[in-house]
Amino acid sequence: MTVPAPAAFASSPEVSFEDRMATTEFRVAPDAHIVVDGDSCRGCTTQECVTACPAGLFVPISGGGILFNYEQCFECGTCYLVCNTKGAITWRYPEGGAGVVYRRS
Amino acid sequence: MPEPRPPAAPEFDVVVVGAGPAGSAAAVQLARAGCSVCLLERGPAPGSKNLFGGVVYPKVLDDLVPEWREEAPLERWVTRRATMILTDTQALSIDFRSTAWGQAPYNGATVLRPVFDAWLASQAEAAGAVLLTSTTAVGLLRNGSGGVAGVRTDRPDGDLPAKAVVACDGVNAFLAKEAGCAVPSKPSHYTLGVKEVLALPAGEIERRFGLGTREGADFEILGGTGGVAGGGFVYTNRDTLSVGLVLSLPALAASKCRPEEILAGLKQHPAIAPLVVGADLVEYGAHLIPEAGVGMMPRLATEGMVIAGDAAGMCLASGLWLEGVNFAIASGAAAGAVVADAVAVGDVSGRRLEKAYRKRLGEGFVLADLERLKRAPQLALSERLQHRYPQVICNLVEEMFTVTNPHPKPRLLALARAERARAGIRWRDLASDGWASVRTFL
Repeated sequence: MTVPAPAAFASSPEVSFEDRMATTEFRVAPDAHIVVDGDSCRGCTTQECVTACPAGLFVPISGGGILFNYEQCFECGTCYLVCNTKGAITWRYPEGGAGVVYRRS
Repeated sequence: MPEPRPPAAPEFDVVVVGAGPAGSAAAVQLARAGCSVCLLERGPAPGSKNLFGGVVYPKVLDDLVPEWREEAPLERWVTRRATMILTDTQALSIDFRSTAWGQAPYNGATVLRPVFDAWLASQAEAAGAVLLTSTTAVGLLRNGSGGVAGVRTDRPDGDLPAKAVVACDGVNAFLAKEAGCAVPSKPSHYTLGVKEVLALPAGEIERRFGLGTREGADFEILGGTGGVAGGGFVYTNRDTLSVGLVLSLPALAASKCRPEEILAGLKQHPAIAPLVVGADLVEYGAHLIPEAGVGMMPRLATEGMVIAGDAAGMCLASGLWLEGVNFAIASGAAAGAVVADAVAVGDVSGRRLEKAYRKRLGEGFVLADLERLKRAPQLALSERLQHRYPQVICNLVEEMFTVTNPHPKPRLLALARAERARAGIRWRDLASDGWASVRTFL
């Protein structure tokens, strides 16, 4: 009888990004706390916000520029810190009581 | 909603912005010293905006809340601490256990921030502070000489005039920036923490991690970050795991790798997958960590305002030691005590506040630890430590324990030389990194 080679450990499948974001509670404020200046973004080739925003809020659009939403923001501040284009991202905290609500972190 | 306040007469001596560990510690000290205190929190409850890896070192609370061992909502006492070095296919662990850490006076404990922070804020309320939630401080009020004289909130009629402000508003430090306190502003001054909370029954956690009831594990990971400078962690809570990454912001931005994909890679690593398999994601989140170090620390006070916690960069992200909540509590308590004294004598000048605050911080561990480990973040995120040494070390251990029969065992020194050469590490870099490690950590 031969001992078979060990099989690799079967890890769990990853959830979709949408399901991942749905695990966290967001109380959406009526006003956006992120403002993106579309003109500044059109010429941006590096698009650091697209890569680094952990909530994936910044989406490149074909022909240049960025589409963004503010609803599922972790309020970390990554986007404005990594942005190379001065004035492109204006970011503040959402109004009191709104935004992300961690419960189990 | 509070009643609208007349703008001229301060209802509170001091406004503390942010009911995280720094703010609540400050509010406890201020209230106990007899100040009237408003503790502002922008979330619906304290801790609802806060996320960290998972371990606090609560001995810092001995003076502030002596009964913390019985009362604080802790998940598990950390009795097992492992440092793991991962390559794509290998893992080397230094795995330490101590029963002493599971007994008084204890060492580290895992906590959930929405629970722990709410408990600490309740201590401030018990001391007499007024907690005002769901209220964002949007700016500073100034007196005639330009000193800080309270905060503007986003409530209707939301000005909160005060004799002094303690800004514990977190890593983005908007109030310190508005006051011109030279807050570090480069991406390289920050790392991004991303974290998954994964549900697993308590008994299953104890079986997988080899723990007793209420014992906890703290795994720190070098490597496993998909080539992006940073590290990983796995912590055990009572019936969840916290699994996450700390990533250099500039490295992440340049990588074109998404954080959740890097984390998925870590969870699939053969050394990590058996720990997390089958555990369902119940919360995902992210938070920035200040890493600029003591050399880039902002100005800590200005007329009428003192800064504490993450807002002041008081966080020890040194690779070997990862501490923040204890630094926040200690700095917040120091800020509270200093501001209480200043309000009592009616002198909240920036000079007095900064001098007294630095003196007080200098008497404890906060500035001493930050000063001693000031080179650590740079060393921990350096290219060789991140990308070359893990591979060299793991290969060396693999070759050491791979039996090469019929050939005799190679000499270890010969193996080390060959691995060094294969990784393209120069002797002088090895020597300089060795010296830097000695200088940084010993």
